[in-house]
Amino acid sequence: MSTATATHDAHEDHGPAKGLMRWITTTNHKDIGTLYLIFALIMFMIGGAMAMVIRAELFQPGMQLVDPAFFNQMTTVHALVMIFGGVMPAFTGLANWLIPMMIGAPDMALPRMNNWSFWILPFAFTLLLSTLFMDGGGPAAGWTMYPPLVLQTGDAFPFMILSIHMMGISSIMGSINVIVTIMNMRAPGMTLMKMPLFVWTWLITAYLLIATMPVLAGAVTMLLTDKFFGTSFFSAAGGGDPVLYQHVFWFFGHPEVYILILPAFGIISQIIPTFARKPLFGYSSMVYATASIAFLSFIVWAHHMFTVGMPTAGELFFMYATMMIAVPTGVKVFNWVSTMWKGSMTFETPMLFAIAFVFLFTIGGFSGLMLAIAPADFQYHDTYFVVAHFHYVLVSGAVFSIMAAVYYWLPKWTGHMYDEKLGKLHFWLSAISMNVLFFPQHFLGLAGMPRRIPDYSVQFTGFNQISSIGGFVFGLSQVLFCYIVYKTIKGGQPASEKVWEGAQGLEWTLPSPPPYHSFVEAPAIK
Amino acid sequence: MKRSTAVKGVTTLASLLLAESASAEYRLNMTQGVTPISHDVYDLHMTILWVCVAIGIVVFGAMFYAVYKHRKSKGAVAANFHESTFAEFAWTIVPILILVSMAIPATKTLLAMDDLSDSDMTIKVTGIQWKWKYDYLDDGISFISSLAPEHNQARQRDSGIDVTKIENYLLEVDHPVVVPVGKKIRFLTTANDVIHSWWVPALGWKKDAIPGFINEMWARIDKPGVYRGQCAELCGKDHGFMPIVVVAKNESDYRDWVAMKKQEQADALASADRAWSKDELMKKGAQVYATSCAACHQANGQGLPGAFPALAGSALVKGPVEGHIDRVMNGKQGTAMAAFAGLLSDVEIAAVITYERNSFGNDTGDVVQPATIKAARK
Repeated sequence: MSTATATHDAHEDHGPAKGLMRWITTTNHKDIGTLYLIFALIMFMIGGAMAMVIRAELFQPGMQLVDPAFFNQMTTVHALVMIFGGVMPAFTGLANWLIPMMIGAPDMALPRMNNWSFWILPFAFTLLLSTLFMDGGGPAAGWTMYPPLVLQTGDAFPFMILSIHMMGISSIMGSINVIVTIMNMRAPGMTLMKMPLFVWTWLITAYLLIATMPVLAGAVTMLLTDKFFGTSFFSAAGGGDPVLYQHVFWFFGHPEVYILILPAFGIISQIIPTFARKPLFGYSSMVYATASIAFLSFIVWAHHMFTVGMPTAGELFFMYATMMIAVPTGVKVFNWVSTMWKGSMTFETPMLFAIAFVFLFTIGGFSGLMLAIAPADFQYHDTYFVVAHFHYVLVSGAVFSIMAAVYYWLPKWTGHMYDEKLGKLHFWLSAISMNVLFFPQHFLGLAGMPRRIPDYSVQFTGFNQISSIGGFVFGLSQVLFCYIVYKTIKGGQPASEKVWEGAQGLEWTLPSPPPYHSFVEAPAIK
Repeated sequence: MKRSTAVKGVTTLASLLLAESASAEYRLNMTQGVTPISHDVYDLHMTILWVCVAIGIVVFGAMFYAVYKHRKSKGAVAANFHESTFAEFAWTIVPILILVSMAIPATKTLLAMDDLSDSDMTIKVTGIQWKWKYDYLDDGISFISSLAPEHNQARQRDSGIDVTKIENYLLEVDHPVVVPVGKKIRFLTTANDVIHSWWVPALGWKKDAIPGFINEMWARIDKPGVYRGQCAELCGKDHGFMPIVVVAKNESDYRDWVAMKKQEQADALASADRAWSKDELMKKGAQVYATSCAACHQANGQGLPGAFPALAGSALVKGPVEGHIDRVMNGKQGTAMAAFAGLLSDVEIAAVITYERNSFGNDTGDVVQPATIKAARK
């Protein structure tokens, strides 16, 4: 961090405060973006370490390393950390850095709230992670926190609920900031339909967050009162309904999965045109497809619950509605491929990650479509097939898009080119090991291995070993990623204003790195 | 002549490939199962899979062709087109048509699954942390099915047992569910404590077992055999250790089994009326403790700090026997401690309480007779 300070100082007259206080009191969108991104990277490594524990225990049948109770804590906290601590803050960090520079605004609209929404997060996650050291350990009922099981959580329970409230408050404030900024601070002439797609997808994502985070807060608050204040929202014995929780949770949870992927769509839609040297195919249909996906995300939640025993009509409705999502998602994939078609492509690291995204995310989409078919889901549900599915859309989807974004904009942020050779090495290691890690899990699920089990029947050994080896390589590859980022911040080839030959957009008209306060005067939009 | 040889060659090759895939099926692909429903589900699964593969070949083919051909290093010059109403229209409509053609068979299968009319018999399945209870509603048989003791021992962290030497590791139970072939069996699923999910892949479905609710599903098994499955919904610490074994027998074998089971139950009931010696109770109690209590309170009675209380030196266990009986029979609200009155017999409860009061350094010397438990039920 101190070196980042130095680089900024060298460029700025009325620059940031010195030392630690700069980061604690900052209201600058670039500083806050950096904080979010570094925080996300730390959480990504912590959540990854938990995944390593999981894969190590599953390397062979029998219990070798941990107890079942601790194993369940690992799967639960891994998911919470990766979703709420890794992917979401990373996207918010990208939004902070990029949205003002993309729409020609000097900063985010609500800078003090921006500071607060970030600084809540370290406290929320300290609270969550501290539960691992309490008597009885951390939460172990899965990130979905289904009652009645979650009500058996020990001392960790209220800490988990409070930390989720804090994450929710942080996300809601971040989203308000994004919406207000985009609605009010665009440079003159930057009409909505001229906005870069990353800005569009984030605008829609922000609305999803504001709509669903309070629902999650409501659900977990009901858990809290069920546990401590004698209510029976989810207890059948008291006249409540445990399935009600699942409906409320997934009403949040399904839009949440689009919160985790829509900004990724935006990133990929920025990167592919740059390296294909060709404008994005079907800009307006991309915007409409994003909006349709967001709308559909609110009416498909119960496809996570086909096996809870719904009426036939309900199952049919949720099956049909879920299948419909394939249409706008397909439009996006076709548009990306058409953008590449007859382009003049080069394959720098961001483009490699973007192409891998299109390929692997689509595979995750296919398995998603299979899961949408309710009768088949009676077999797939809660097996490793589902684990493979959501890691294809979240790791090779969300996480790869974030990595693509980092390689793409890091030269702009730091003024230094990253090491292209190392970047490509990181890409190939990640892309190959990711498939070694998750592809065999499709077979495991189909062959009958349930998810969230610490030990398995010996017939599943082979694929679990392959998967674990892939996992260890993937985990180690991310250490290389940390090194590449560190090295680029420290120094490297100076980056030009435009950085990439085919880059389009306002952020590429600023110097690299951009001044501490950019677009103090609104730029002219052609 | 030449042509027929070629055809023959192709068919031989195809049958070889099919045989190959049939032997690999268990490891790679979904099971076809042994019920009409499971066959439908398998066919549906394969149809969607191939549709996805076909779409994938077209889309990824186009993408990789572009990646290969339209690269700058090959001198490709970028075109400048960026929209086409026709293309956009086509790739919205075509996927919708494909989806509709997939939705039709899916709907048919779903309707067949939800048709529970004319069932021949009913088995109620109750999920309990971490075992299954089966009630044959027509025959009045009921028993609890837990992970087989040998497997339970092997799966402990410091067991030192090579689990690869154990047949059907983790997929074996002490008392399997026995069912007749060719009958439409209605399964009712529910749970005592938390949500479980009853899943035998060969039957083609899983159904959640939810406390306070009863779900239903059915199966008609075509051929005799042993079909294994597991709990599929995270239900706590030992979620991975509550397997399901369904043994399908032909009608007469099934009738024999029912008669045997009924006799066993009658014997057990009669034994509750006599007085038991302390040794008998301690021996029986040790067995019950191992299957019903040790998962939480641990084999040494030390519990797990912060999660499950110790029984060694426990005030409740060493205190008045009435309190101890009440806790075992009625459980403790808001914790994982179940009400065992509905799960264990009088003898089993009496034995396990006797065992707990005289083990792990607890030396109350108390002996609880089955008759006491029988009285406490009233």
